[in-house]
Amino acid sequence: MKFTLEIWRQFEDSEEGRFETFKVDGINPDASFLEMLDQLNERLSHEKKRTIAFDSDCREGICGACSLVIDGTPHGPQQVTSCQTYMRDFIDGQTIKVEPFRANTFPVIRDLAVDRGALDRVIQAGGYISTTTGPQPEPNSMPVSPEIQERAMDAAICIGCGACVAACPNGAAMLFTGAKVTHLNILPQGQPERESRVIGMVEQMDQEGFGGCTNYGECSRVCPQEISIDVIGMLNREYRKAKMSKKPKPDRAMTTQ
Amino acid sequence: MTLLDPNIPDGPIDSKWRTWLDQHSLVGPRNRAGKNVIVIGTGLAGSSAAASLGAQGFKVKSFCFQDTPRRAHSIAAQGGINAAKDYANEGDSIHRLFYDTIKGGDFRSREANVWRLAELSANIIDQAVAQGVPFNREYGGSLATRSFGGVLVQRTFYTRGQTGQQLLLGAYSALEHQVAAGNVTVYNRHEMQDVVVIDGEARGVIVRNLITGEIERHAADAVVLASGGYTNVYYLSTNAMGSNVTATWRAHKRGAYFANPCYTQIHPTCIPQTGEYQSKLTLMSESLRNDGRIWVPRKGGDDRPPAEIPDAERYYYLEERYPAFGNLAPRDIASRAAKVVCDDGLGVGGTGRGVFLDFRDAIADQGKDAIERKYGNLFEMYHRITGDDPYETPMMIYPAPHYAMGGLWVDYELQTTIPGLFAIGEANFSDHGANRLGASALMQCLADGYFIAPHTVTNHLAKNHDPVSTSDSAFDQVENDVRGHIQELMDVGGSTSAQAFHREMGHVMLDKCGMSRTAEGLDEALTEVRRIKGEFWSDLRVDPGDEEFNQSLEYANRVSDFFELAELMIQDARRREESCGGHFREEHQTEDGEALRDDDHFAKVTAWEYGGESPVPHDEGLTYNEVKLATRSYK
Amino acid sequence: MIEYWRSTIGKKQIVAITGAILIGYLILHMLGNLNSAFGPGGDQPRVDWYSHWLRDFGEPLLPHAFVLWAVRVLLLSALVVHITGIAQLVKRNREARPADFPARRIGRSIESIAMLGTGSLLLAFIVFHILQFTTLTIDITPLEHGDVYANLYYAFQKWYFVVIYLAALILVGMHLRHGAWSLLQTLGLDSPSRNAKLRHGATALVLVIVLGFASVPILFFTDVLDPPRTEAVVTALSGVFA
Repeated sequence: MKFTLEIWRQFEDSEEGRFETFKVDGINPDASFLEMLDQLNERLSHEKKRTIAFDSDCREGICGACSLVIDGTPHGPQQVTSCQTYMRDFIDGQTIKVEPFRANTFPVIRDLAVDRGALDRVIQAGGYISTTTGPQPEPNSMPVSPEIQERAMDAAICIGCGACVAACPNGAAMLFTGAKVTHLNILPQGQPERESRVIGMVEQMDQEGFGGCTNYGECSRVCPQEISIDVIGMLNREYRKAKMSKKPKPDRAMTTQ
Repeated sequence: MTLLDPNIPDGPIDSKWRTWLDQHSLVGPRNRAGKNVIVIGTGLAGSSAAASLGAQGFKVKSFCFQDTPRRAHSIAAQGGINAAKDYANEGDSIHRLFYDTIKGGDFRSREANVWRLAELSANIIDQAVAQGVPFNREYGGSLATRSFGGVLVQRTFYTRGQTGQQLLLGAYSALEHQVAAGNVTVYNRHEMQDVVVIDGEARGVIVRNLITGEIERHAADAVVLASGGYTNVYYLSTNAMGSNVTATWRAHKRGAYFANPCYTQIHPTCIPQTGEYQSKLTLMSESLRNDGRIWVPRKGGDDRPPAEIPDAERYYYLEERYPAFGNLAPRDIASRAAKVVCDDGLGVGGTGRGVFLDFRDAIADQGKDAIERKYGNLFEMYHRITGDDPYETPMMIYPAPHYAMGGLWVDYELQTTIPGLFAIGEANFSDHGANRLGASALMQCLADGYFIAPHTVTNHLAKNHDPVSTSDSAFDQVENDVRGHIQELMDVGGSTSAQAFHREMGHVMLDKCGMSRTAEGLDEALTEVRRIKGEFWSDLRVDPGDEEFNQSLEYANRVSDFFELAELMIQDARRREESCGGHFREEHQTEDGEALRDDDHFAKVTAWEYGGESPVPHDEGLTYNEVKLATRSYK
Repeated sequence: MIEYWRSTIGKKQIVAITGAILIGYLILHMLGNLNSAFGPGGDQPRVDWYSHWLRDFGEPLLPHAFVLWAVRVLLLSALVVHITGIAQLVKRNREARPADFPARRIGRSIESIAMLGTGSLLLAFIVFHILQFTTLTIDITPLEHGDVYANLYYAFQKWYFVVIYLAALILVGMHLRHGAWSLLQTLGLDSPSRNAKLRHGATALVLVIVLGFASVPILFFTDVLDPPRTEAVVTALSGVFA
């Protein structure tokens, strides 16, 4: 198969980027989108031209490293990660536009690689259960019904890729944050920090400069893990309840020392 | 050659760890903040170790080359994690888990370590549940277990098919908790380049900031390597693109012995390669072999659609050659058999390196619905990746490199031959012997990271260390070496990408130092690897600019170490004149093609001292007091 | 409260609550309007009686038109908070994305995309609507204080007013179709098991509001409702033909 690629080239975040056009030929229809880029990079090496920078690691759809926007859709047209998007999903001879995830909270490092550290910082603000290594209670002393476990798992499968942010016209990270809040706040283990968790994470989300949800639903449509937008309703509910609650809120920084 | 001493505590096997814990040195809570620990890698072992050491109050620096700690390749583990909790009331015990692991490793692992692993297995589950890992539950709300990998009890805990992901996210959340608490600093997109050894002890590392290209110095009182396995030496494997041997290999070059590099596991049921530029092989659950029948056409190059090939012209090679076990023959047998039929030219698929896994008969017998209930998600995944519908046409599978049992040699304290340098998780050679059982990797990584390293590292930190500064001349020297190596890569000035060389070498390794090995093939492989390495160093092309984000340089840097590792693997495989577990030497097999161990000469660990092209082997004898050495039988 | 307003989710929830107040008012307004469907009546059109009743409500306990003004103040403040909140959220959302690269539409609804547009047009319409029927400033057709039925009748004899009002109702429908469901989700009043029902419920409510409002101009324009018969009309007409 052959394709015309319009690929975003940008040396660093402070620099203006632009699209550069490449033609590729002899592409195996079963090659993944990233393998097609590998092949282009190998050719660029031969031509002694600068290769295209892009992130990828596991190449089986679970690590969340890839950060491409293919023809306007984060990850690509199939609602799976770019590494599981295959060239047979495109039309022979097609022109394909490749950009990095677009969000001001995700500065471009180079070309198609971006910095998603903001998502780590949202987790640091409460996306965990404050326990340390040591003797723990016997798990079966705290039964969890399979329904709750399934719901927690449906949210916990988030791969942290950030496609939801890239797809959102508002650059919001509420699907990501909502998924973590849902996972931890519905489990019995998560109850003691239920309120401080959601408040901490939402504050951090704001501080990072993510936008807010206006219920477009694009996040859920591109999520390779098919996380439901219901987690945003959960996030809103938890935030409202936590803010309205009269319980004293411990300073997280104090509790974690 | 010296005989290595693993420093195993005295006493009966079930109290060795307790004895060690009772006697090890401690650091008082007030003094901990003054002790610095560096942890390389943020997979299950690295994240859990960094979080646990941080929670104790030590100052921890955690490094990963990925853009966030959560991407480490532990995330891809699917099946589950073993623990001797006996929830299913089957009489499971620490001893049974211990025995299964020793036997599964074909009697090539260290008894005391494996016992400790089995002992700690239950604590791992408790720890993970406390972190909020959503393990599957029974209707009453208790934890669910299932059987796995051919053992006779149901001791495997799981979170759907994403156990590695959930356990890693649990460890990652513990890590981020410690970051928030100010005990751990995470350096992502930083890759370790070398370890700094001062007065014989590991006192720091040199890392490269992958965004700016800056070479940084970090000093510490102990360094923990949790950088994973080296199966990417084969180029095509189930590992992540970035998985590499650099951290352990550079430590090896500074004096850490490398143990059993030839022990690698090739998993039989992966989706075969479809094209030259494929970068990665995807694992399909082994459970498919319960109902699928494996075959190839009897006639080479038969390109009729599989459904049109009549039974008489199909070669159900596992069923014919191993009538007792048939399609359920153990991993290594099934893998090797697939290689043999493909070598004979009977392979299918575009590259001729694939065999059919056919559900036609199972669908006819049990109905499509029954098959869909059992394997629906796997069929869907296969369909997504290959575009073929397994309900209509047989799957194609082929073995793929999956896991490295070998790694840095460590003693009972998981300390390498460099004092103060620890290796945990897949990075060490530790507990799996010559073959790893399913659902044991997660167990070992987390036992090392949560429950072993935090104590053994403390024991080391309790010794009085003179403070070390990054301006020490040793840092100057190691940094110069690192800069020199990078400069060499930059200066080659050729026109071929590192990936192309990697692919070429990987092909040689898989062919001659993979599922089955011969003395002759290994000798050839050594020559070929050295030839390709020579070409690498004369025709490599990396993008200009070493002081900036440069992925081609990162890749070339890793591949340069894979070449050296490959040579050692071949030499190790050549020296081990026996077949055991994942190491199959064709010269050493029983009449019916089983692995033939030589316990008299090779019931030992080979730990290599770095020596360039002539590495020096050292042995650690393996003594078995709790189990009897026996031939694994599949009949 | 200030802290709540400062957070993105808090602000959004306040926008949702003010939105809910405005929807609540719309329902009452629509029901009130339906009084005109009783026609010109014998003595006094029912809708005129209703409008006087609104002013007299609460008397003599409360001063004349007190409740009416209280509602007006509440509505105005709700509207101001609604719009201020939106303006600030929009600014924040725009800053979160590079301006040159708007997110491509993947599946989002036209209504959700058009919220800002429909909202702004509705604001303009509200001003126009108040100027026409409350302050009677726009008096293209004869308008008299208190003669609601007559005012409506003559206004909706003009095709262009019918078009303007029906167009505004389409905007209301679009705005609410996204807004009514969205506010439930924003306030976290949704739940995965009930979401499908809530979504349909919200759509049905919007449909009722829009149809209820639309019936008035349509009934007048199609002459289903008789012309006004009271003296007020005569006065008004004489004013026109004088």
